[in-house]
Amino acid sequence: MTDHIDIIRVEGSTRHRAQKRFQLYGLLAVSLSLAFLFIMVGSIVLRGSSAFRQSFVQVEIELPADAIDPDDVRGTRFGKFLKQALRNKFPQATTQKDKKQLYKLVSATAEYSIREQVEDNPQLIGTHAKIWVRTSSDVDIYLKGYVDTDLDESKRRLSDQQLEWLALLQQENKIESRINTKFFTGGDSREPEQVGVLGAVIGSALSLLVCFLLSFPLGVLTAVYLEEFAPKNKFNRIIEVNINNLAAVPSIVFGLLGLAIFLNFFGLPRSTPLVGGMVLALMTLPTIIIASRASLRAVPPSIREAAMGIGASKVQTTFHHVVPLAMPGMLTGSIIGMAQALGETAPLLMIGMVAFIVDVPQGITDATTALPVQIFLWADSPERGFLEKTSAAIMVLLAFLIVMNLVAIILRRRLEQRW
Amino acid sequence: MSVTKPIIAVLASALALSVSTSSAFARDQISVVGSSTVFPFATAVAERFGKNTEFKTPVVESTGSGGGLKLFCSGVGENTPDITNASRRIKASEVELCAKNGVAEIVEVKVGYDGIVLANSRASDVMKLSRKDIFLALAKYVPDGEGKTKPNPYKTWADVNSALPAIKIEVLGPPPTSGTRDAFVELAMEGGCKKIDWIKALKKTDKNAYKALCHTIREDGGYVEAGENDNLIVQKLEANPSAFGIFGYSFLDQNSDKVQGSTIGDVEPTFENIAEGDYPVSRSLYFYVKKAHIGVVPGIEGFLAEFISEDAAGEDGYLVDKGLIPMTEEESAEWKAKVKSLENLSM
Repeated sequence: MTDHIDIIRVEGSTRHRAQKRFQLYGLLAVSLSLAFLFIMVGSIVLRGSSAFRQSFVQVEIELPADAIDPDDVRGTRFGKFLKQALRNKFPQATTQKDKKQLYKLVSATAEYSIREQVEDNPQLIGTHAKIWVRTSSDVDIYLKGYVDTDLDESKRRLSDQQLEWLALLQQENKIESRINTKFFTGGDSREPEQVGVLGAVIGSALSLLVCFLLSFPLGVLTAVYLEEFAPKNKFNRIIEVNINNLAAVPSIVFGLLGLAIFLNFFGLPRSTPLVGGMVLALMTLPTIIIASRASLRAVPPSIREAAMGIGASKVQTTFHHVVPLAMPGMLTGSIIGMAQALGETAPLLMIGMVAFIVDVPQGITDATTALPVQIFLWADSPERGFLEKTSAAIMVLLAFLIVMNLVAIILRRRLEQRW
Repeated sequence: MSVTKPIIAVLASALALSVSTSSAFARDQISVVGSSTVFPFATAVAERFGKNTEFKTPVVESTGSGGGLKLFCSGVGENTPDITNASRRIKASEVELCAKNGVAEIVEVKVGYDGIVLANSRASDVMKLSRKDIFLALAKYVPDGEGKTKPNPYKTWADVNSALPAIKIEVLGPPPTSGTRDAFVELAMEGGCKKIDWIKALKKTDKNAYKALCHTIREDGGYVEAGENDNLIVQKLEANPSAFGIFGYSFLDQNSDKVQGSTIGDVEPTFENIAEGDYPVSRSLYFYVKKAHIGVVPGIEGFLAEFISEDAAGEDGYLVDKGLIPMTEEESAEWKAKVKSLENLSM
């Protein structure tokens, strides 16, 4: 006769081991995903953080009073003064090739920042001004240590001559690394040293605003109707199934729909946050409806029964008692849906938001792009300087997402009711 | 009704917003669409045009040459683009489509040239290829030596041409939707295909069979479609020294520390060789302007002038710094005259 205690002991230890094993698997899975997340974010931060700094070079520039009309600074081309200033600094550059290399030390659009500084400060006209301008991106990434100077001259973007000039400028303390404020206050540019994400951030924010204004009320009202009022018949079940299916439709389809309906049929303007937001609203609607229905269902029936019991009508019960209680869940669902919309590029492609747009949008009918699109466009650019900007823009997008999710968490904490 | 009121208000305002904008919309910003190859150049011009003039900076979309022309030819009016870029010339069928939709007058402008390179990592040796080698290495069907074709049996470059190293054939290139691929197939593959006498004769007798043979790229892993992102191809080449990549000259120019261009027909893909027309795989870049929009959308003439100005597309222009290969002086003068008189496109 076997001892029952022994059986339990043996079984107990195998069960115990199984539990241990399962815990171990779980721990491994979590640490593996954490490691991947860490590597991803780490590599982005590592590559992108240098984009928040930018090298500047000081040029001593002659701004002759007879060549610049103080009332029309905008119409003046400052390029020739800048080139003259560079030639004065390094008179040994006499051949065409040397001069060209010399001009490439400063940003290709540096003349416009000189113009801005003169516009802000007209006293500079007629003086020998010391003006700081951005270095070209090639110089900037060299100063950040991304260029291997041991390579043969023909294999890198900066020549030995240019490096010599830079060394001289550094000795004279005419090169400075500053915080790249323009990255947060400017629009897109073709020069990596001049780009900013503000245009894309505002474009994304405006699109999401339009998206929220359209999809939240529509989605919530649909959910309320389907959950509280609609009779449970075959027709409504078909609607239900279709809403669930819509949530799984690839987003590019909504872009095509937007192109056909909003642009071609209604004639709304291309590349605008208005149309972008409408397309994203179509995409987020199913998510919001599903989340809202779930949170309506989570309101205990006792609330409804109590309201009915003291004589409230169906509409009063729903809107005075059920909807306010379900609101935190609805808001969380919508914000998660919108966070998803924030990362979309595919539907925006069809309605012309994948575009080069310099001006920061002022309203919902101005042409604009969106953050993920900006990242895509920069990643696609040939210039090496865009590498760090791409990673930096990803960091901005992640920050945007974290803020949105934080709002969702705070709203839920604030509004949540327990029963 | 504490909750419904704001919801209804928001809904109403959103509707009002969308209605008010659809009725009174007048475009004062130039709209450019088209080729992703011309995109880096068109955007550089747009940015400077916006900074130099009082006009808004044009919106430039990257839709691909074919997609751009389709949008461009969809009609005249504020919701259609004013200008489309193309990395190939407009086709007769596209001109017909345009005419059918009321876009009768088009101004054609040639911007310059772009070279397509076959490059590998600097860790390996420079490959010396001919167009025939490229065709034999990448075609789906190759001649079997008896006047017929067989599926491509070549696994290494040495199989193709014994003078080449015995490295596995692995070429990363753009997908069929890309204009770069079209140009590569036409210039490099067909160029090599024609070198085989009986195929050249086939062109006269059966043009479709000739095209199918010369233009079809192998699908058994020798050619890997790597997407439209050329930066990605450069990174993959860096990681895999035995692989080759197909992309535009500007990416070679920007990444000369990482990758090197193979010589094709003993010509190196350098700026000078492409500009002189010695490098065989180079194509022309164009843009097309809708004449009906000139004077309606403000600033189009100014944008055209900026694009063809000496500052931009000239030998020392900023577009050349971005990797554009400029036209010769005579050719450029010829195109400038055409633009000045807004001469209509003639096929």
